[in-house]
Amino acid sequence: MAIKTYREALSDALAQEMRRDPTVIILGEDVVGGLGGTAGEDEAAGGTFGVTAGFAAEFGRRRVIDTPITESAIVGAANGAALTGLRPVAEVMFMDFMGVCLDQMLNQMAKFRYMFGGKCDVPVVIRTLMGAGFGAGPQHSQNLYAMLTAIPGLKVALPSSPADAKGLLATAIRDNDPVIFCEHKLLYGETGEVPDGEYLVPFGKANITRSGTDVTLVAFSRMVLLANKVADKLAREGISVEVIDPRTTSPLDRDAILASVGKTGRLVVLDESDPYCGMASEITALAATEAFSSLKAAPAKITPPHTPVPSTPHLEQLWLPSLERIENTIRATVGKRAA
Amino acid sequence: MPLPPDRLLRAYRQMKTIREFEERLHVEIQTGEIPGFTHLYSGQEAVAVGVCEHLGDADWIASTHRGHGHCIAKGCDVTGMMLEIYGRRDGLCKGKGGSMHIADMSKGMLGANAIVGGGPPIAVGAAIACKARRDGKVAVAFGGDGSCNQGTVFEAMNLAVVLKAPAIFVFEDNGYSEHTGADYAVGSRDIAGRARGFGMPAETCDGSDFFAVHAAMARALELARNGGGPSTIEAKTTRFFGHFEGDPMLYRAKDEVARHRETMDCLRIFRARVTTEGLLDDAALDAVDAEVMGLIDRSVAAARSAAPPTAADLLTDVYVSY
Repeated sequence: MAIKTYREALSDALAQEMRRDPTVIILGEDVVGGLGGTAGEDEAAGGTFGVTAGFAAEFGRRRVIDTPITESAIVGAANGAALTGLRPVAEVMFMDFMGVCLDQMLNQMAKFRYMFGGKCDVPVVIRTLMGAGFGAGPQHSQNLYAMLTAIPGLKVALPSSPADAKGLLATAIRDNDPVIFCEHKLLYGETGEVPDGEYLVPFGKANITRSGTDVTLVAFSRMVLLANKVADKLAREGISVEVIDPRTTSPLDRDAILASVGKTGRLVVLDESDPYCGMASEITALAATEAFSSLKAAPAKITPPHTPVPSTPHLEQLWLPSLERIENTIRATVGKRAA
Repeated sequence: MPLPPDRLLRAYRQMKTIREFEERLHVEIQTGEIPGFTHLYSGQEAVAVGVCEHLGDADWIASTHRGHGHCIAKGCDVTGMMLEIYGRRDGLCKGKGGSMHIADMSKGMLGANAIVGGGPPIAVGAAIACKARRDGKVAVAFGGDGSCNQGTVFEAMNLAVVLKAPAIFVFEDNGYSEHTGADYAVGSRDIAGRARGFGMPAETCDGSDFFAVHAAMARALELARNGGGPSTIEAKTTRFFGHFEGDPMLYRAKDEVARHRETMDCLRIFRARVTTEGLLDDAALDAVDAEVMGLIDRSVAAARSAAPPTAADLLTDVYVSY
């Protein structure tokens, strides 16, 4: 074990898989940087947050490919390379840019295996940045994982810790289905223990980050950090919160969620994606339809409002679920007010 | 036909306003008061102004993530822009857009755009509307060398040709798409040639020369306003700052920006030409400089002291009403 950042953990997993398997390639905008221009062809970027820094030097530019700004071609080419024997890790710099290349995601990669009668593998990983809190505005801050989760054929991973970043990315690369790998931009500097050597975290297996008995709090991506904080605070007051990080929304570990709700009888879902047709809606529906008899209180959703992400931090901070709101929702759900 | 002195002075004022707006933002960003990503337009002023000096409020432009210059050139209120960049309630977009989304429909400004290649299809739509109304107006799609590789841009260009829409595509080749050279990323290295491939006239001009851009735009307008359909201007230019504020520019030779500030500064080039030719004198230009500095000072002061949005503002303007 070593303490590493989320960024370093992602780099570790990518490097580990590229050393292990020569068919793994990376392609995207400025994954290296510095081609053309006037400074020579030295690396100038190494990815927007430096995850692929040093990769061109180790693996060569034949495997670490800088593309023009051309999202449809990036994802389309990744699809083609995957169908013909490579394991591409393509980068869509910001998740919002998926608007440009959505056809290659929802009509192409998601459908190949099914519509070709199971006669192909589609081992594509799309690494992408998401999340609000950076003041980056409506077209650079969205959390579109619920929309992607809704598309049959796509797998969706949402690492919330450095260890999961490493383990889920390695699993994603070895998976023979397309995986949308969603990295929250506010998590890159977060640190945590990361296992040395080869490390894989299976898809569809939730992580129970806090055990508890009074209420189940399901949270995704960066929201897991907030959930843990609130759980720790409330534990000191005698409110026992079980925090579940599903890690992947497709496949979703329904069993872990239902088992927890069966135990606690209460459910709160904390989700940075949109409030309508989002993961919070899906999981509260799961509890209502599959665990109705266990429920002692109405399931609660904590999400941003049904608005774009505003640019100005004054509004963005209101848009994001706050610790206070999470705490109050849990108190209301368990029926205990602040002392 | 040479421009009269008042028009020349106006063009200079616009370019100078853009320059000082951006140079000041570069300084103010160090204070940490300006949120989000900011992409500065310094160095490219002659393109925005050379194009927009031909346009009125009823003509349209669609801009890019590097949009401040287009906004100013198209007549957006400078203080309103500064407030927007600072995230204030009285900003042009109430703080909800920020640097990458400044828009003002009343000025024919269809928005900066944080998606590379997002603007050109929108500009073609505006051009279709102009044609439908037979109002003789045009729509301009600004884009960089990076955008010329996006499929959305190819589709917009083809559609404009097919519909003979009064659209003008202006590609500002500043040499870099983000951290990668255009000489790598633009396959043919010939953006105008691509446009011709779609069946429209295209020309390449010196984007640091206001007069060259202005003349190219005059020809494009002549065509568009007379039913000749779209055309393309490829302007060779440079940016004096990084892709975004904070970019260490490792992809550029260390002396490149200093060199370009010496040799490709559109304001210096403009001043040298108009004074040499006796069209304007230094005193008049210096007066504009002072006036612009005052405007920028006032706009920053206003932005700093302006109120942020309130909690109630978060939920407004998603739809007409709830």
